[in-house]
Amino acid sequence: MSDSVDPMNPSQPLGRLPKPVTSMPSLAKVDAGRTGNKSTGALEKIRNTYPRSSRIPDEVFRWIIILSAISVFAIVLLVVWELVDKSKLSLHQFGLHFFYGHDWDPVNDSYGAMPFIYGTLVSSLLALVLAVPLSIGVAVFVTEMCPQRLRSYISFLVELLAAIPSVIYGLWGIFVLAPLLRDYVEPFLAKTLGWTGLFGGPMYGLGMLAAGIILAIMIVPVIASITREVMTAVPQNQREAVLALGATRWEMIRMGVLRNARIGIVGGVILGLGRALGETMAVTMLIGNRPEVSKSLFAPGYTMASVIANEFTEATGDMYLSALVEIGLALFIVTLIVNALARLLVWSITGGTARPSA
Amino acid sequence: MPASTSQKVSLWRRLTDWGATGFAVLAAILVIVPLLAIFVYLVIKGIGSVNISFLTQTPKPPGELGGGMANGIVGTGLILAVASVIGIPLGIGSGIYLAEYGRNRFGDLIRFTADVLNGVPSIVVGITVYSLIVIRQKHFSAFSGGVALGIMMIPTVARATEEMLLMVPNVIREAAYGLGIPKWRTTLSISLRTASAGVITGCMLAFARVAGETAPLLFTAFGNQFWNLKLNQPTAALSLQVYTYAISPYDDWHKQAWAGSLILIVLIVGAVAAVRITTSRGRLKGA
Repeated sequence: MSDSVDPMNPSQPLGRLPKPVTSMPSLAKVDAGRTGNKSTGALEKIRNTYPRSSRIPDEVFRWIIILSAISVFAIVLLVVWELVDKSKLSLHQFGLHFFYGHDWDPVNDSYGAMPFIYGTLVSSLLALVLAVPLSIGVAVFVTEMCPQRLRSYISFLVELLAAIPSVIYGLWGIFVLAPLLRDYVEPFLAKTLGWTGLFGGPMYGLGMLAAGIILAIMIVPVIASITREVMTAVPQNQREAVLALGATRWEMIRMGVLRNARIGIVGGVILGLGRALGETMAVTMLIGNRPEVSKSLFAPGYTMASVIANEFTEATGDMYLSALVEIGLALFIVTLIVNALARLLVWSITGGTARPSA
Repeated sequence: MPASTSQKVSLWRRLTDWGATGFAVLAAILVIVPLLAIFVYLVIKGIGSVNISFLTQTPKPPGELGGGMANGIVGTGLILAVASVIGIPLGIGSGIYLAEYGRNRFGDLIRFTADVLNGVPSIVVGITVYSLIVIRQKHFSAFSGGVALGIMMIPTVARATEEMLLMVPNVIREAAYGLGIPKWRTTLSISLRTASAGVITGCMLAFARVAGETAPLLFTAFGNQFWNLKLNQPTAALSLQVYTYAISPYDDWHKQAWAGSLILIVLIVGAVAAVRITTSRGRLKGA
C-alpha cells in the first residue's frame, strides 16, 4: 500500500496507516484516526429531517456521553486540586528551598527533596542511556532485517515485556539481577572503569545501577514499539531509492529510514522517559532507599516515587504528609511536561493533516 | 550495467554494514534474554510453591511455614471488579464522545487530558484517591483501591474505543440514518457493535495493565492478612502481597512471592493472549 504514497513527502503517510491496538496508545497511530471521518455534513442534513420527538432521546444520549467525557477532564482537575490543596502547608513553609534542600528530617519537620529529585533523574537517565540504543536496535532488526516469520514472534515477545507488572520486575531484580550485579558485573566495572569515579565504593547489588537497569528493561518495549511503528510508516520506495544509489543496507537504514523517522523516535524516547520518571515499585525494591547524593552508581539512592511509596502511610505529622504530597505534585508536573512534549513532537510530524476537519 | 557495484563497496562501508547488523541482532538478543529469564525464573521458582494450600489458605504469621494467598486472589478480583465497573463505562463513553462528537476544540482538549491522565504516575493517582476517599472515610478500603485502578483504566479504554469507532465506515452510519434510526441508537447498536471486537480488546488491555498495579493500592486497598469480602474494608491484593513478601527477610515468604507472581502473570498473560485471539479473529479491516 505504501507505494501509492507521494515519495516527495515521506512524513505524510504517518497519518494514513490504521494500526491494531497495542498496549501503549501510541501517538503516531492516534493521530492517524483524527483524519478518519470526513462527510459528517451530509449526516447532519439527514438527521435534520427527523421528527422533533425523536430528538429528545438523542439529546439525552448526547449529554450522557458529554458527561462521561467531562469526567476525564474533571478527574485530571481533581488530581491537580487535591495535590495542590494537600501540599499547601509545605509549599508555604519551604517555598523553592524544598527543591534544593538536602535534609529530609521528619523528626525536626525539615524537608528538602534534592536527594529524591537527583535519584529520579539519575536512574531515569541511566535507563535511557541503556534503553535507547537497544530499542532502536530491536526496531531496526524487526523492521529491516529479521525474516518475516520471526517478526511477529519478536514483536509479541516485546509486547509481553510491557505486560509484566512492575512488582514482578522488582521481585526478579531483588533475587536474580542484584546478586548477579554484586558478584560479577560490579567487580568487573570497578576494575575496568573504576577510574571514572562512577563505579566505586562498596558493592551491594542493590543501588542506582540496579534501578537503572530494571527501568531500562521496562521502557524498552515503549520506545521500541513506537520506533517500529514510525519506521514501518516510512514508504518502501524511499528504501528502494537509497538502495538504488548503491547504498549498503546500513546506509539505507541510516539515510532512508532513521533520518525520516527521527522525530517520531524522539517522541517515543520522551514517552519512555515519562514512564521511567513515574515508575514506582520496581525502583523502590531495587534502589536501596537511602536519601543520599552520591557520585557512584553502586551507591543506594532514593527516588521521588519510592519515597512516597515507602513513607506515605507512615507519615504522622501534617507537615510530613504535606511534604510527601508536594513531591507527588512535582512528579505530576514533570511527567505532564514530558508527555506534552512528546505529544507536540508527534503533532509536528503529522503537521497539517492532524488538524481536525471541523 | 553496474553489475560490479557490490564489489566496489569499500572495506569501511562493508565493515559498518556488518557492524550495524551485528548490533541490531545483539540488541534483539539482549532485549529478549531478560524476558525469557524472568519467565523461566517465575515458572521454576513459582511452580514449586503453588499448591492447594497456597490457593485456599490465608497468610500465616511470619515464621510459621505454609499458608497461602487465597485472600489476595479474591481481593484482587474484588478490586478489579470495582475498577472495571468504573473504568469501562466511563472509558467507552468518552471514547464515543471523542469519535462521534469530539471533532472540535473541546474534543481536542479531552483527547489531550486523556493523554495526560494516561501519563500520570500511578502513585500520584494513589495519593489523589487517598485524599479524596480514604481521608474522608477515615479507613482504607477495597472500594478506594478499585476507584484508583478504575481511573487508570479510563484513558486506555477511551482511546481504544475512539480508534475503533473511527475505523467504522461512515457509509454504515449514513445507511442507518437513511432508515430513520436516531443517532443514539445508531451509535450504540451499529457503530459500537461493529467496533465491538476492538473495543473489547482495548478494555482487556486496560484490565491487564491495571491488574498488576501495586503502587496505587499501597495506601488505598492497603492489604489485609485475613479474608475480606466487604467493599469498605482494607483488602489484600496479589500484587501487594508479592511486594510485602519480596522485601521481607523470610525464605518461606520469598517462595510464596514467586508463587503469587506466577499466578498474577498467568492471569495477565491469559488476558493478553485472549486479546490476541479476539483481535486476529474480529479485527476491523480499514475504513
